[in-house]
Amino acid sequence: MTIRNTLRDHGQRYRPRMACLKKAEKVMLEMQDPKTGVKSQPQRLVITTIPHAITGEDIIAWLADRLQVDTQEARNFGSMLVALGYIYPLQDHKRLVIKPDASLYRFQTPYFWPTQQWPVEDTDYAIYLAKRNIRKKGILELHEQEQYNRLHKWMNHKWDFIVMQAKEQYRAAKERKKPDRVVFECQERAYWVVHRPPPGTVSAMDYGLDRRIDPNAEETKTPDFYERIMIFTQQSIMRPRVKSSVSIGAMVKYCATYSSHDPFLSKCLPSNPWLTDDVTYWTLNMPNVEIPTTMRVERWTFSFGELLSDPRGRNDFRLFLKKEFSGENLAFWESCEDLKWGTAATMSEKAEQIYKTFLARGAPRWINIDGKTMEITLKSLKHPHRYVLDAAQTHIYMLMKKDSYGRYMKSPVFKDTLKKAICPDEHKFSDAQLEQNAKNRRPSLSPIVLRQLELEQKAKMAANVDITQLCRFTTPVPHLAVYSGISDFPSANASPSLPFLAHTTACPSPISVALDSTSASERRAEANEGEAEGNPAARVPAGGNVSKSRMALSLRRLLKRGCTPSTMFASLSPKCHSAAGTSSRIQPIGPDQPSQAPPRRIANFFQIKVDIPPECRIYPIESEDEDEETRAASRGGVGAKEIICPWESLTPQNETG
Amino acid sequence: MGEIEELRKEADSLKDQITAARKAVQDTTLQEAVASITVVGRVQMKTRKTLRGHLAKIYAMHWGADAKLCVSASQDGKLIVWDSITTNKVNAIPLKSSWVMTCAYAPSGNLVACGGLDNMCSIYNLKGKDGNVKVMRELAAHTGYLSCCRFLSDSEIITSSGDCTCVLWDIETGTQKTIFAGHQGDCMSLAVSPDFNFFISGACDFTAKLWDIREGQCRQTFGGHESDINAIGFFPNGNAVITGSDDATCKLYDLRADQELITYQDSGIMCGVTSLAPSFSGRLLLAGYDDFNVNIWDALKAERVGVLAGHDNRVSCIGVSADGMACCTGSWDSFLKIWN
Repeated sequence: MTIRNTLRDHGQRYRPRMACLKKAEKVMLEMQDPKTGVKSQPQRLVITTIPHAITGEDIIAWLADRLQVDTQEARNFGSMLVALGYIYPLQDHKRLVIKPDASLYRFQTPYFWPTQQWPVEDTDYAIYLAKRNIRKKGILELHEQEQYNRLHKWMNHKWDFIVMQAKEQYRAAKERKKPDRVVFECQERAYWVVHRPPPGTVSAMDYGLDRRIDPNAEETKTPDFYERIMIFTQQSIMRPRVKSSVSIGAMVKYCATYSSHDPFLSKCLPSNPWLTDDVTYWTLNMPNVEIPTTMRVERWTFSFGELLSDPRGRNDFRLFLKKEFSGENLAFWESCEDLKWGTAATMSEKAEQIYKTFLARGAPRWINIDGKTMEITLKSLKHPHRYVLDAAQTHIYMLMKKDSYGRYMKSPVFKDTLKKAICPDEHKFSDAQLEQNAKNRRPSLSPIVLRQLELEQKAKMAANVDITQLCRFTTPVPHLAVYSGISDFPSANASPSLPFLAHTTACPSPISVALDSTSASERRAEANEGEAEGNPAARVPAGGNVSKSRMALSLRRLLKRGCTPSTMFASLSPKCHSAAGTSSRIQPIGPDQPSQAPPRRIANFFQIKVDIPPECRIYPIESEDEDEETRAASRGGVGAKEIICPWESLTPQNETG
Repeated sequence: MGEIEELRKEADSLKDQITAARKAVQDTTLQEAVASITVVGRVQMKTRKTLRGHLAKIYAMHWGADAKLCVSASQDGKLIVWDSITTNKVNAIPLKSSWVMTCAYAPSGNLVACGGLDNMCSIYNLKGKDGNVKVMRELAAHTGYLSCCRFLSDSEIITSSGDCTCVLWDIETGTQKTIFAGHQGDCMSLAVSPDFNFFISGACDFTAKLWDIREGQCRQTFGGHESDINAIGFFPNGNAVITGSDDATCKLYDLRADQELITYQDSGIMCGVTSLAPSFSGRLLLAGYDDFNVNIWDALKAERVGVLAGHDNRVSCIGVSADGMACCTGSWDSFLKIWN
C-alpha cells in the first residue's frame, strides 16, 4: 500500500528478490509446450467452449515426472505455482491450491504474471473494482467492498480518472468476442485474487519486510570501489590455505565421531526426554553432576576443547593437574577466560591480579611461558584490554593440550572416572506410563536457579575435600586451612560469565578466592534480602559479581601492601574482610566453627596451598592477627621480595626492605 | 574512463589469481571424499510440542544454552521466553516497536535481545527483581533495520543491519566497539563461531563474509549464490560455513581451504531458504523454506533425507538446541513447533 509505505519509510524500500519467480517461469514454459507439456482439454461453459483447460491431476503427474519427485512434493510445487499466480483454478477460484482430481485450471497469461520489479498498484485495483461495480452493481464481495470504500477515500483526488478508465475498459471489453471476454475476465479475477487476497488467506505475494538495497539499481563503479576490491583480494591471496583433502577429511571425521552422540541420528539413553517426557537424561547430564555418563566421558576424549568446555570434564582435569602440581596452567587459562568475557569495568583489576598471581617473577602460581610471549604480554599489560592475555593464554592452552591432555587420558584419575561412569539402561515405558510421565512434567529450572544449585553442590564437594592434604612444600599450618564460603546472590548480582565458567574448583586459585571473598563479604553486607540464602560455595563465577568500587578498594589495599606470596595468602584470610568493612567475623579455623549469626550461613574459608611450583620460595605463613598494622609489621619482617607492577611507579609505600 | 577500465582489468586479474590459488589447494572434492560413505537413512521427525501464544507472524527464535528455554519474537510486538518442555511461557515481554525481526538469548541466560525496523537493538534483563523484565540497554546507531543479533557474553553483542554493516557493541556503555563494514547489500543474518573468535555474515550482495572479531577485519569472502543470502550458520567444528539463499539453495564453504564445497539444491525446490541449522554432529542440515516446509539434508552427501511439514505458512526461523536434542521451527502462522 503506497501511502502507508511512505509514512513508515526508514529508507527500507525494496522488495526482496523473488528468485523463485524465474524458476517458476521456466517450469511454466515447459508445461505449456504443446508436445511435452501438460495435456489440455476444452472447457464447456453454458454455450461457449473455452480451450486449454487442464486438470489438477494432470499437472501433478507432469510435475512428478519432470522434477523426479513424489506425488506429495509435486502437489506442493503445483500449489506454489497456483499461489504465485501462474496457474489459476476455474472452479473455486478463491482457493489457490492444486487439487489432485479433475478440477480444472488454466495457465495465466504472461501479461498477468507476477513480477518482482514493481509492486502492484492500488490504482489498478481501484479501476478493477470500479469496473466490476459498473458491470453488475452489488457483485463485489464483502472484503472487496471494504477495499473499494477505502480506496475511494484515499484516492478521492483521482477518482474521476479511475472511473473514466473503468468505463473505458468496460467498453473495450464489450467489443471483444464472448469467449475472449470470459477468458480475460477469469484471468483478471485470478490476478487480483493473488495480489489482493481475501483476509485470512496465506498469500505467496506476502514477502515480509522490504530490503534497503535496490535490486534493480546499477552498481556504481568508482575507482575507489575497485581499489578496495584489489586490496582485499591481494590480502586474500596471501592468506594461507589448507589442502582440501585435509580440511574435508577433518569434517568427515567430525561427523563420524559425533554421529553416535547426535540425538537425531542415534538413540539416547535412557530415553529421549522429548519422546518419553522422562527427564532422567537431563538429570544425569547436568553440568556438574557427580558421576558422568559414559557418553559424556567419551566426548572428553574427542578433543581437548570438549574436555575444557564441559564443566565436569574440566573438574576432572583440574583434579588430575592438582596431582601433577601443574594446576596453575588451568587456573591461568580460566582467569584469562574470565577476563575476556567479564565486565569492562573490572578488566584492569583482573589483569593486574592475573599478573601478580601468574606472570610476575616470583609469583605464587607462576606459569611457564616462553620469553617472547612473556615479553609481548608484559608490554601489552601496560594498557590492559579484553584480549591482552591472548598470546599467553593460547600458549598455555597449547601446552596443556599437547602435554597434560595426553597424560590425563592415561592417568588413574581419568581411568577411575571412566570406570565409575554410568551407562543407563534404556527405558521401556508402556503407554500408560508415558501418559503418567506427561502428567508429571515439571517446568525446567531457569539457568539462574540452576547455577545456584550447582554452586551449592560445589560447596558440598569442597566441604568434603581433605584439608590435611596440603602442599608438600609448605609447612603444615592448620589454622590457615579454612573453608571458603562464597554465596551467589543471583538476583542481586547478575553473573555475566558464560556457562562454562560456572564451574567449581576443589582447589580455588588465590585470585578467585580473593575476588570471591571480597564479593562474598559485600554481598553479606547487603544480605538483608530474604533471598540471601547464603549457600556456601567454593567458587563463584569469578569476578563477575563484584561492583567496581569495592573490588578496587580491596585490591588497592592488596597492591599497597605489595604482593609477596605470604601477604597474598594473608590477604585471603578472613581478616581482610573485616578490614573491608563488613560486620562478619570469620574464624580462620576449622570447618566446624560457625562464624556468624545464623541467617548468614557462610562459615569459613578454605585454602589448599598445593599449586606452588618447586622453584618458588616458600614463605612461612605467619599467624594471623586481626590488626592490619600488626600484619604490616609482620610483612616487613618476612623479608620477601616485592612484586612491583611494571606500570606502577615506585613510591615509598611500595618500597620495602 | 580509461583509468576505470584499467582498474577493472586489474581487479579482474586479481580475482583470477585468487581463483587459481583456491584451485591449487583443491586436491579433492567433498563428493570424492565421501564417496564411500552411505547416505544417512530417512530421518523422520514428529512435532512433539506446539508453542501457541503469538498472535502474528513469528520472525525469529533462539534457543537458550540450557537447551530447554527458548525465546521467540513476533510482529504482534511480543518477545516470549518459553519453557519448551511444558510449553509454558516463562516471560512475555511487550516491545516498544512491534516490527521486530530478530531475537537472541545470551549464553548465561540472563539477557535477551531483539531488534527490527526501529534500527535499534534492545537488551532486556531477565533477572530483574520480582520477575520484572526491563529494558537494560537500547543500542542505537544503525541507520538500517536490525536483521540479526547474537550475544558473545553478557557484556558484548554483535548485530547485523540493513545498512550493510555489522557492529560489535559494548552492552554496559551502549557504545559501538567495532564496525564491520564491507558488504554491498543488507546484512541479513550472522552466526558466531564456536570458539567466539570469528563470526560470519550473509548479505543481499550474494556474499558471505568471515570477520575476525578482534581485528575488526574481513578475513574471507565467499560468493557463488545467485540471490540474497537469508541464513547462515557454522558447521559444528567451526571450520565450515553453511549459507541459505533466496535462490533456493544452501551452500557449504570450507574456511580453511577457502572454497565452496557443495550446494544443496533440488529441482523440486523453488522457494528460497529462510533459515537453517546444522544438527549436533553436523551430519544433518535442517533448512526452512518459503514453501512452508523444512527440508533435512545429509550435509556430506547433499541429499534430502527428510521433510518436516506441518506449518501453514512460511517457516521463518529454525534452531537446534545446544544438546542437539530437538529442533524448533517458528513460522508466519504464529506457531512454534518442536520436532524430534
